[in-house]
Amino acid sequence: MEDHPIVDITRFARSQLTNVSRLPKGAATALVALVVLAVAGFSTLYQVQPEEVGVVLRFGRYVRTTEPGLRARIPFVEEVRKVPVQRQLKQEFGFRTVEAGVRTVYAPVERDLAGEAAMLTGDLNVAIVEWIVQYRVSNPSQYLFKVRNLEETFRAMTEAVMREVVGDRTVTEVLTVGRQEIEALVEENLQALVNQYQMGVTIDQVVLQDVNPPDPVKPSWDEVNQAQQQRDRMINEARGEYNRVIPRARGEAQQAVLQAEGYALDRINRAEGNAVRFTAIHEEYRQAPEVTRRRLYLETMQRVLPRVGRKLFVDENATGVLPLLSLDGGIPPQLAQASNSAAGGDQ
Amino acid sequence: MSRVTTVQIVVAIVLLVVLSQTGYTVNETEQVIITQFGDPVGVPVVTPGLHFKVPFIQRINVFDKRFLEWDGNPNQVPTRDKRFIWVDTYARWRITDPLLFFQRLRDERGAQSRLDDILDGETRNAVARHDLIELVRSTNRSADDVPIESEEEAVILEKIERGRQKIQRDILETAAGRTADLGIELLDLRLKRINYVEEVQQDVFARMIAERQRIAEQFRSEGQGESARIHGERERELAQIQSEAYRVAEELRGEADAESARIYADAYNRDADFYAFTKSLETYELTMDSSTFFILGTDNELLRFMKGAR
Repeated sequence: MEDHPIVDITRFARSQLTNVSRLPKGAATALVALVVLAVAGFSTLYQVQPEEVGVVLRFGRYVRTTEPGLRARIPFVEEVRKVPVQRQLKQEFGFRTVEAGVRTVYAPVERDLAGEAAMLTGDLNVAIVEWIVQYRVSNPSQYLFKVRNLEETFRAMTEAVMREVVGDRTVTEVLTVGRQEIEALVEENLQALVNQYQMGVTIDQVVLQDVNPPDPVKPSWDEVNQAQQQRDRMINEARGEYNRVIPRARGEAQQAVLQAEGYALDRINRAEGNAVRFTAIHEEYRQAPEVTRRRLYLETMQRVLPRVGRKLFVDENATGVLPLLSLDGGIPPQLAQASNSAAGGDQ
Repeated sequence: MSRVTTVQIVVAIVLLVVLSQTGYTVNETEQVIITQFGDPVGVPVVTPGLHFKVPFIQRINVFDKRFLEWDGNPNQVPTRDKRFIWVDTYARWRITDPLLFFQRLRDERGAQSRLDDILDGETRNAVARHDLIELVRSTNRSADDVPIESEEEAVILEKIERGRQKIQRDILETAAGRTADLGIELLDLRLKRINYVEEVQQDVFARMIAERQRIAEQFRSEGQGESARIHGERERELAQIQSEAYRVAEELRGEADAESARIYADAYNRDADFYAFTKSLETYELTMDSSTFFILGTDNELLRFMKGAR
């Protein structure tokens, strides 16, 4: 009951003031009254920010929750605790943001932080998991009065739940395809646990951040990606070569066939043409065989003889001429004379 | 007036002191035991608000009503399958019977030390009784629906008989039995962290690396195999196309040759002799040229009239 000491002091102060300063009684009273009012004002009125609510305790017992704005309480008897209910709160795991901004700065990882992030997976491998939890106060009195060191408890719970969920999955799932499922499951389980502890908190979101294999293992994970790309590249190269060679071969094959067809047409047409020509001549020939023969022969000779390089007419009775012929093409003078005499002699 | 005022002040102060020893507040988070000369009296005061007691003789002992922390020391514990792991547990508890609590444990420090004994001990027992996989997994779900690129990547998760959640509950139940007479209620106990011991961790990493390398090797060999197969296919198709084309072309040519031979034969067979005649004439015309040396006898048809007009 702090009432009494204050009243006591002011009375004492007033008596001192009237003794010392010799002020007129009225003015001193007014001054003291002003001081009392100021003190009362400060201890009665309080401000609740828009994102908060005020939880009012009277003699330690919860009496009411007050909305944002300028509020009053019974001074000295009632105590107000302010709780942020609209603001979204966040806890980080496995990493710490040193300075948030357009380019956020993170704390370098040391032992403790590394221990927070490392966990066992269902196939007894190790994964490094960073995550955040976003939550809100939904029940201010529970939030204040049910659990001691709420933040510490909340963090321990979250770690336990995350490890439980990750512990049921393979390291591949955790690193790649299972992220959303893990987030959803952790959110669900964490909310159930929070309710069990009566923390008065609602989980908004659980979001995984960087999830990686441990540093010594990372290069071999990259190697797998590289090998996969190598495989794809080899197959693509082989397919590319196939596509380069086969269509061209098909084209060339078609070309060969068409050429053969062309040859076929050519041959047959020519044959037909020759055959028709022969048949026509033959028809003519049949009308007058002897004459036609002779004519054809003489016409041919007429065309051929002028072209011939050297001609030699020899009497049919002349014998032994051929042995005299020199093979280099010149006519020996004896032979020339012999043929002349033979030709002229048979007049 | 001054004399009266001084007496009044003194009386007021005395009254104040007495009152401050009589009335006390109990917070929403507190529960109080009144003791008189060290012994508890009456029932525990659990409702928050303003209460009164006998001044000076009676003392208030405040206990927390909330869920309180207990954090186990991280311990190296071997599992049943001889793996060494760091186990970090936490628990939450509260004082449900402050009177009993006060009598048995006195204060929170006593409680923490007692809980250390009980909970650490039970945890170590539980870990030693189970394989590591039982402590890590909670359900028997399988990783079937994970899309994998190579069969090397397929991981079969070992099945468990009990699992993490059941083991945690076991520890809790066993410990709860031992704390029942201490005025304490255990709300929850969980394995916050399990990690490999440093030496074991190195082995585990080596295993993970080897596993990844095996998968990488398989990808590479798959690539080579498929590439060789496509190469072979290409060769086969090439041979097929080329030989097919050759066959068809030759057939066409053959047919054409046969047909033309037939046409010729049909025509020339009418008069083989005449054919020989005309063809020979053609041949003479084509083959004789400036390098030819003609030797004609005078009985030649051409020279028939050389000797005379008849």
